[in-house]
Amino acid sequence: MPEINVPRLEFTSMEEQPRLITLKGITKAYDGVTVLDHINLYIRKKEFVTLLGPSGCGKTTTLRIIGGFENPDEGSVIFDGQDITGVPPYKRRVNTVFQKYALFPHLNVADNIAFGLKLKKTPRDEIRQKVDRMLDLVNMSGYGKRSVESLSGGQQQRIAIARSLVNEPEVLLLDEPLGALDLKLRKEMQLELKSMQQRLGITFLYVTHDQEEALTMSDTIVVMQGGRILQIGTPKGIYDEPKNAFVANFIGESNIIPGTMIRDELVEFCGTKFACVDEGFGENTPVDVVIRPEDIVLVGEDVGHLTGVVRSVLFKGVHYEMMIEAGGILWKVHSTAMEPEGSRVGLSVVPFNIHIMHKMEEGEKK
Amino acid sequence: MKALKRIYLGLILAFLYIPILVLIIQSFNAGESRAKWEGFSFVWYGKLFNDPNIMHSLWITLSIAVLAALFSTILGTLAAIGIHAMRKRPQSLMLTLNNIPMTMPDIVTGISLMLLFIFTRVERGYVTMLLAHITFDTPYVILSVMPKLKQMNKNTYEAALDLGATPMYALLHVILPEVMPGVITGAMLAFTLSLDDFTISYFTTSPLVQNLSTLIYSQARKGIKPTMNALSALMFVVLLVLLLLVNKRTDEEKS
Repeated sequence: MPEINVPRLEFTSMEEQPRLITLKGITKAYDGVTVLDHINLYIRKKEFVTLLGPSGCGKTTTLRIIGGFENPDEGSVIFDGQDITGVPPYKRRVNTVFQKYALFPHLNVADNIAFGLKLKKTPRDEIRQKVDRMLDLVNMSGYGKRSVESLSGGQQQRIAIARSLVNEPEVLLLDEPLGALDLKLRKEMQLELKSMQQRLGITFLYVTHDQEEALTMSDTIVVMQGGRILQIGTPKGIYDEPKNAFVANFIGESNIIPGTMIRDELVEFCGTKFACVDEGFGENTPVDVVIRPEDIVLVGEDVGHLTGVVRSVLFKGVHYEMMIEAGGILWKVHSTAMEPEGSRVGLSVVPFNIHIMHKMEEGEKK
Repeated sequence: MKALKRIYLGLILAFLYIPILVLIIQSFNAGESRAKWEGFSFVWYGKLFNDPNIMHSLWITLSIAVLAALFSTILGTLAAIGIHAMRKRPQSLMLTLNNIPMTMPDIVTGISLMLLFIFTRVERGYVTMLLAHITFDTPYVILSVMPKLKQMNKNTYEAALDLGATPMYALLHVILPEVMPGVITGAMLAFTLSLDDFTISYFTTSPLVQNLSTLIYSQARKGIKPTMNALSALMFVVLLVLLLLVNKRTDEEKS
C-alpha cells in the first residue's frame, strides 16, 4: 500500500506555527476490517483542525488514537517532537470532550470540573478560583453546586468543555460535541467554541460529519472517507477546489457531470465546449466536472451556453432551488430570481467556476 | 367475577402464609403441646436465647453470612466490571456461565462441592461452608451489578483517564460510586441467601459446625422443640425484612 501524502492546498497564517501533533502512517483494523489506512497528518499549534467525513470514515478512531484510547496497529503519534504511541491517556497532555458529555453523575458541577485539578494535587484555593473562572468562561456562573443530572444537554456539554479546559491542555479533542444538541443551540455553541479557542489559543481537533459546522469553525478541514484522507485544506480552499467528486458532494451541493478535457483550459460536456481555468490534465482525458448550484447563472434562452427547461422550483428562503433539464442532465441551480416551471432558460457559467477533477478510483466511490 | 378473583387470590395467599402464621402463633404458646393453646408467653424466646447450642449456631450463621457477602461482593463486582469490558461474544458466554449455577438445584451444588472437598482432602467445617457460600453468592452479585454498568455512559471511564486518573483511581472513584447501588443490592442479596441456606450448608460442613438451618434440621429429627418455633419465626421475620429491602431497592433502580 503506497503512502498517500495529501498536500495542503492553501497557505495561511497558521503556516508560521510549529507542528504540535504528527500522525505517521497510522493504520488500524477491527476484526480484519481496516478503519484507518496509513493516515498521515500534522496539526499546528493553535490551529482549529476539523476531521470531516461520513460515519464510519475513521475520524473518531483517529481522534481516539490521539487521545490514547486506542492504539494503532501500525504507525506512530508524535506530540511535540516525542513519540507518544502507546502512552496511556492519563499521561498525555491532551483532553477530550465526548459526544455524550460523560460527566460524573455522582459529583456536582464544581467537583466535575475540579476532577483533573484534584488529581494534580492543586491547592484547594487555586482549584476554587480556576473552577469559578471556567464556569464564567462557559457562561455557567453560579451552577457549581448543582447536580449534573439537573442540567440540560447544552449545559452539560458546557460543563464537559470546562472540565477539559481547566486542565489547560495543549490540545483539546472534541468528538462531535454538538451532535446531540438542537440546531439553534448548535449554531450558538459553534460560535462560542470558536471564540473560546481563539481567546485561549489552544489547539482544537474537532470531529464532525456536519460540513457546515466544519466550514464555519475550522482553520483547516481534513476530509476523510473509508479510512483515508481525501483532502486537506482551508474551508474556502476545499469548497472552491474540491479534489474529487466525493469531496465536492460532501462539502456543499454540487452538479457533478462527466466530461472530457480536450486540452488545457478547454473542457467538453453536454456536447458543448467550455473555457475553463484548469490545466495539466492532458489531452482528451475523461474527467468529472463540478459546478456549484449558485455558480450557474440563468440568462436569456438564446445567449446561454446551454438551453434548458425548468422542471421544478423550490423556495429555500434566501434563494430558489430549481431543477433544470439541459444537455441531457438535470442541473441543480440556486438563484434569487425565480423562473416558473416549464419555462425555457439559458444556462451560463464563467470559466472560473468550472472545476475539473480527476475521475475517482473505483475504491473511493461512495 | 371480581369477587371470584379476590377469593382466588386470597386462597393462594392463605395457602402460602397460614403455615407460617401457625408457626409464629405456636412460638408464643406457653405450653409444649402443639395441639393445645396454653396461653401467650415469651418463654420459648427466653429459652432460645439461653441455649448455648443455638447461640453458637446463630453466631456461625451470621458470621458466615457477613463474610460470604463481603467476599462475594468484592469478587462479583470486580468480575462484573471485567465481564462488562469484554467484547460482545465472550461477554454473553460469561453471562451464560454465570447463570448456570443459579439455575442449578442446590442439592447438585451441595453434593458437587462436598465431593470436591473430599477429593481435595479438605476437612469440612467452617471454612468449607464459607467457601461454598461465597461460591453460590457470587453469581447473584454479578447479576445485580451488571445492569448498573450497562446504564453507565460508555465514555465515563475514558473521561476519567483523560483527566489524568490512573485505571485504579478511575475504578475506585468513578466506576465504583456509579455502580454502588447495584453493589449494595448484591451484598444484601448475598447476605440473605447465605442466611437462609440449608441444602448447600448441609453438604459442606461437619456435624460440629452447624448453622441455624442445619441445626433446626438435626433437632427436628429428634422431635421439634418449641424453641425451634421461636427460632424459625425470628428467621422468617428477619429474612422478610431483608427481602423487602432488596426488592424496594431493585424497584427504585429500575425507575
